[in-house]
Amino acid sequence: MVFGVVLAGGIGSRMGNVEKPKQYLTIGNRPILIHTLEKFYANQEFEKIIVLCPAQWMEHTKDLIRKYIPDQDRVVIREGGATRNETIMNSIRYIEETYGLDDDTILVTHDSVRPFVTHRMLEDNIRYAREFGACDTVIPATDTIVESADGSFISQVPDRKMMYQGQTPQSFRAKKLKELYLGLTEEEKAILTDAAKIFVIKGENVHLVEGEVFNIKITYPYDLKVAETMIAGED
Amino acid sequence: MLNTIYRLVAPRRFEVAFNEIDLFGEKVIVRPTHLSICHADQRYYQGARPAEILAQKLPMALIHEAIGKVVRDPRGEFHTGESVVMIPNTPTEQDDVIGENYLRTSRFRASGFDGFMQDTVAMDRDLLVRLPDGIDPSVAAFTELVSVSAHALRRFDRFAHKRRNVVGIWGDGNLGYITATLFRAMYPETRLYIFGAAFEKLADFSFADRTYMVQDVPADLMVDHAIECVGGQFSQRAIDQIIDHINPEGTISLLGVSEYAIPINTRMVLEKGLRLFGSSRSGRDDFLATVELYRSNPEILAYLRKIVGAQVEIRSIQDMTRAFELDIQKNIGKTIMLWEK
Repeated sequence: MVFGVVLAGGIGSRMGNVEKPKQYLTIGNRPILIHTLEKFYANQEFEKIIVLCPAQWMEHTKDLIRKYIPDQDRVVIREGGATRNETIMNSIRYIEETYGLDDDTILVTHDSVRPFVTHRMLEDNIRYAREFGACDTVIPATDTIVESADGSFISQVPDRKMMYQGQTPQSFRAKKLKELYLGLTEEEKAILTDAAKIFVIKGENVHLVEGEVFNIKITYPYDLKVAETMIAGED
Repeated sequence: MLNTIYRLVAPRRFEVAFNEIDLFGEKVIVRPTHLSICHADQRYYQGARPAEILAQKLPMALIHEAIGKVVRDPRGEFHTGESVVMIPNTPTEQDDVIGENYLRTSRFRASGFDGFMQDTVAMDRDLLVRLPDGIDPSVAAFTELVSVSAHALRRFDRFAHKRRNVVGIWGDGNLGYITATLFRAMYPETRLYIFGAAFEKLADFSFADRTYMVQDVPADLMVDHAIECVGGQFSQRAIDQIIDHINPEGTISLLGVSEYAIPINTRMVLEKGLRLFGSSRSGRDDFLATVELYRSNPEILAYLRKIVGAQVEIRSIQDMTRAFELDIQKNIGKTIMLWEK
């Protein structure tokens, strides 16, 4: 079984002076979260789409989904956790309680603030997670990446040809992800920025999925303007 | 839902664009799976239309021959995952006399508005026709072109007098081949002659009674009716030859599109009392008739399989360009885009 996991747990601290978390802001005619959710809804591979949101936004999220998604039987709303990975674990807990976990349980996790994800990316994620156990959507880095250990001086300039920028979806066999996560030390957990890294630090393969430049993450007010421009002037 | 569209913005250049479609409205949401490239798409792609037409029509998503799978039907008449062919002609009014494909108010995909190079398409349910189970999707992809032939032959049946001993089809390209295939199935008793310019192409018309190279047609050879599938710069020569070799009161069915104004020998049209009629595009009834023909005469599908050319997996904009460039190089056949985008 394949589950969509839409991560709407962020509280938008990078978004500047707005009142709402960024996933609840509107582009075009709908909240960003709804645009993203619809992409998953339109793909029949997903048994259920689990939306994880901040506790204080649970009721608002339920209202929005009631308003915009007439058939809600495939959508489940759950509270997010303290970190991104705790949030993903909450979705695994729900699946385990409702369906049980087996080796074929696939999670396609995605930022709620990346509404431009395409059908092809979702399909590739499902395929590679089934085949390799884990995959991560990326685009080749266009800027040179520099590393600075102290924040003042460059410690390394990695070869750009080997650098990619991570996007989402990130997809995994749920059972494996849970086992690996539970096996992490607190120090290891502290350096996690995303779920793919759980596989990487445990020496597991994570296959690359080709992302798109336009699969932007709406993080800053600037991104919101870009997203509006991308869909401007259409029906 | 935010929908991704791949539009031609200038000759040989596709770019991505987005629109919003209502996932939960009245329309049926379809995910395109197999797209077939047509000459009309190529004329836009290569910039072979007049500059003012290009300026008026682009940016626009190309492709009007496509099948897909139903993503969602709010009424549940189509099942999720069901294979359907999408009808590009989109009527905006009903008329009891004039066919929907001839109404000036009708809109046509990849001509008046975006074609099928999209992530998902929101379609009126009347513009979808179910495909038979197990049909080869790469053949089904160009059902629209087959329906244009079916439409022309249905008009032939209406307009042509009853003596149909010999019918000639001029043109050995895709349209000629498809029209001949359908004609053979619909009129098994009529002697079918094919007139073409390429020996190898003519050899593919194995089901025809005779084939002729256009420069070797015997002077006394006559047909009762003729169907012109040549188009382009050779339209005139084909029509001239038809007028020479057609019996009095025959019909000439014109299907070949030309960018040029084609002169016609009206003196002989008058003397022989000929009837010329044009056919273009198709409507829902023609699609239904085509799919019914697929069911009743499955050999049609086997013949059509022969003209499936390159099948190009599309995962990026570069792949789209590659498919169109490959299509330019082909001699005959239909280039199919396997839509994985």
